[in-house]
This record gives sequence, structure tokens and C-alpha cells, in this order.
Amino acid sequence: MGLELTTTRIEDAANWARKFSFFSYPFVTACCGMEYMSVTSPKYDIARFGAEFPRFSPRQSDLMMVVGTITERQGPVLKRIYDQMAEPKWALAFGVCASTGGFYQNYSTMPGADQVIPIDVYVPGCPPRPEQVLDAIILLQNRVQEARGHSQVRDKRAKLAAESG
Amino acid sequence: MSEQVLATLEKKFGEAIASTHIELGDACAVVDPQKLLEIATFLRDDPAMAFDVPVFCTCNDRLGEEPRFEVFYALLSLEHKHRIRLICRLPEDKPEIQSLSGLWKGFGWLERETYDMYGIHFEGHGDLRRLYMYDEFEGYPLRKDYPKDKRQPLVRRDFSST
Repeated sequence: MGLELTTTRIEDAANWARKFSFFSYPFVTACCGMEYMSVTSPKYDIARFGAEFPRFSPRQSDLMMVVGTITERQGPVLKRIYDQMAEPKWALAFGVCASTGGFYQNYSTMPGADQVIPIDVYVPGCPPRPEQVLDAIILLQNRVQEARGHSQVRDKRAKLAAESG
Repeated sequence: MSEQVLATLEKKFGEAIASTHIELGDACAVVDPQKLLEIATFLRDDPAMAFDVPVFCTCNDRLGEEPRFEVFYALLSLEHKHRIRLICRLPEDKPEIQSLSGLWKGFGWLERETYDMYGIHFEGHGDLRRLYMYDEFEGYPLRKDYPKDKRQPLVRRDFSST
């Protein structure tokens, strides 16, 4: 039996581990929540992508799923919960309301959750099909592996700034 | 049955009832805002009226007309199975009306909602705060002259750092 060796960079190995162990925090505010439940149910089996455990504490999660309409009044709450999550972290806008405000154009609805927190993947649809969400998870996995997530880029930038003094 | 309520009101209060009509089966009485509390007390306490359910309270903004605001109170009597809608017309520069939350507690939140959305001031309400919108919100969003795409954000992301 020959000796098998694989070499990689620490960062790549860490990102590989991160992309297959999303712990999602469902910030569920509206009807998209039904579709979110469908995504997490055995039929669509999100466990194939290592993202099967929703954590209901922001401190234990690294993927925030913004599921549903965000109102201006909810903005500070959304921001606080995102800030409580440990780095590195990612955010996914689930459905058109979380992405752009959807069909709401009024005094109370925020035009997209990205007004308050940086979103990595937007999933269109009202509500999106579970397959779209799985596709978004795969897109996000690629983003994590290539270290292109918002918090990863910010982290890298901060490190560079510290090194250059 | 509701027609009898209107007839009784007209007979008892005369001048304070500006007009009455039936709209889609609902008996409506346009009443003098100054006399609203008196009329409502009669509707609640008189055994032949006995309105015990505060069904709804809201406002109609008739922008461009004067008086501009129409405040509605819908009442129901479970005992006599009759309904009535009281309508008070209020001027644009002084949208004030006597609160009925002292007579029917159920109007408390509905009057707060009407205050929140239309800026109608209910005198004697006791706890007239915004119900749905946040305290920092300026203006009254359901008034017809509130701009459709005006936003009043509480928090926004700092786009310069990302």
C-alpha cells in the first residue's frame, strides 16, 4: 500500500470545512417561512450540503437566512442579530422581499435586507422553489471556498491593513 | 331594525344629527363631533339601544374636500341585533374628536391606530401613542398627501466600509 499525500493551504482547507458545515440562523418574518420549512424537510434534504442544522441562536450560527419581508421597524433588530453572529459569517436573502422589497412599495417596508446587512446570495421568487434555495447554497459554497464572502473579504482587508501598518 | 335606531336618534338629538342614510345595508348617522360623546353614551346605556360591541373605528381622508376627515365608529348590539355607524366630519386644521375609549375599552387600540395612520387626536384617550409605526416616524402614512415612496429608515448599512 503506497503512501497517499494531499497538500493544501490552511485557508483553503478551512474554507472547505466551512462550506460543508453551514449553521443557518433562520430570520423568518413572513410567508417564505413555509418554503424554508420545505427546504429543511427530508424531501429536499439540505443535509446533502451540510447545512441541515438551523441554530436559533446567532452566536452558534454562521449563515443568516433572511426569510421574508423586512420592515423599517425590524431593521435595528436584524442588524443587531447579524452583529451578534461570529465571524466569518454569510447572509442569504430568501425571496424577493428580502432581496429588494418585492411587490411592496410603501412607507413601512425596507427595500431589501441589504440596506442593513451585507447579503452574499440573493434568491428570487415569491416564494422561491426549494431547488432555487439549494442552488443558492451551492453558489454560496463556491463563494466561501474562493473566500469571496463579504465578511471574508472584510477580514482579509483588515489583515492587510494591519500588516502594512 | 337599524332604521328605528336612526329615527330614535333624529328624534332625540335633532340638530346634532346632520344627516342619516343607509349604505350597503348599514345605518349611518353623520353626527356633530361636539355631541358625539353624549350620543354614544345614550347608544350604550339606553335599554332599547344597548350597543355593547365596539366593532371598528377608522378614518377616511377626503383630500381636497372640507371638512377633510371622516372618523367612523361602527357599533353592534348583540341583544337587539342591530348596527349603526357614526360618522364625524373633522376640519383639516383641527382634527380633534372626543375619545370613545372611555365608553368601550375596545376602541382604545383602534383609536391609537387611527391616530397613528391619520393623525386624528382623540381627546380623553389617556394613552394616545403610535400603535404600528415607531416613535421616530414623522407624519401620518395613510393620509392621501403622504408621498408614496417616502422612507424613514431607522438604520442603514455603512456602504463606505464594504
